[in-house]
Amino acid sequence: MKNSLQSARSAILLAAGLITGAALNAATQSFDFKDPKGVNNAVFKLDAPLEAINGSANGVSGKVSFDPANPGDTKGTLKVATSTLTVPNPMMKEHLHGDQWMDVAKFPEIVFETKSLSDVKTTENTTTATATGTLTIKGVTKEISAPVTLTYLKDKLGLRVPNMKGDLLVIRSKFTIKRADYGINPGAPQDKVSDTIELTLSVAGASPQ
Amino acid sequence: MKRFLRVAAVAVAILSAGLWLGLGANRGWTKTQQQVRTLDPVTGLESVDYRAKFSPGLELLALGLAGAAGLAALSFLFRPTTKNNI
Repeated sequence: MKNSLQSARSAILLAAGLITGAALNAATQSFDFKDPKGVNNAVFKLDAPLEAINGSANGVSGKVSFDPANPGDTKGTLKVATSTLTVPNPMMKEHLHGDQWMDVAKFPEIVFETKSLSDVKTTENTTTATATGTLTIKGVTKEISAPVTLTYLKDKLGLRVPNMKGDLLVIRSKFTIKRADYGINPGAPQDKVSDTIELTLSVAGASPQ
Repeated sequence: MKRFLRVAAVAVAILSAGLWLGLGANRGWTKTQQQVRTLDPVTGLESVDYRAKFSPGLELLALGLAGAAGLAALSFLFRPTTKNNI
């Protein structure tokens, strides 16, 4: 009798655990950052004597899991296709894609993978935090921390993509990296092109329902 | 010849400066594209697009002015034409 009661209790606890787990998983949404509208972009800037080198890339993709009730648990990967890196000067673009700089033929992607968020502060639908993760450029992976702003736009997918229901997650981040750390033309003198690259990420992901 | 080279030098200098000024007086490097930024009303994100637009930079202006200076310098190699009064 005692054994059967214990079995029933265990079964109830297990069922409760499974239900709670399922509920928690259901709250976490997966956002796809492949943007058919081409709005998602990463902008880069390097200081140089005549004028700063300003460019962008719009080949953004990746997936991020986000729970509106617990934004601190946000995890995911964002990728930028290096072939979409563009600057307004054709010769500079050729150099940028070449093996000295980004070597796009050999390294087709820049990848940022989030490991954790810290200093998480949420106000209404906006969360600010410091994202720690790994950034891979030209095959070199380094751990970095960057400030991020996450804006959760519930039921706004239909405004961007007609006949679709779902939510949007906007991620913004601005941070700097060192060119030499990733082997990006380390031979280029720093008085001609700065070692510091300023990166600005502005992306929106969709979670259709 | 001397006169021709000097007129050509002035023409090249005026043409270079005029084109540079007329096409935007770009004080950076030459560009063949221009960034166009558009605000996405739903997400508030600024998208970056490029449209074709030639904008000569300081290096092309310098090249034009150097060419003009070269023509002017070349003109000094020729003696002035003198009228033969005989």
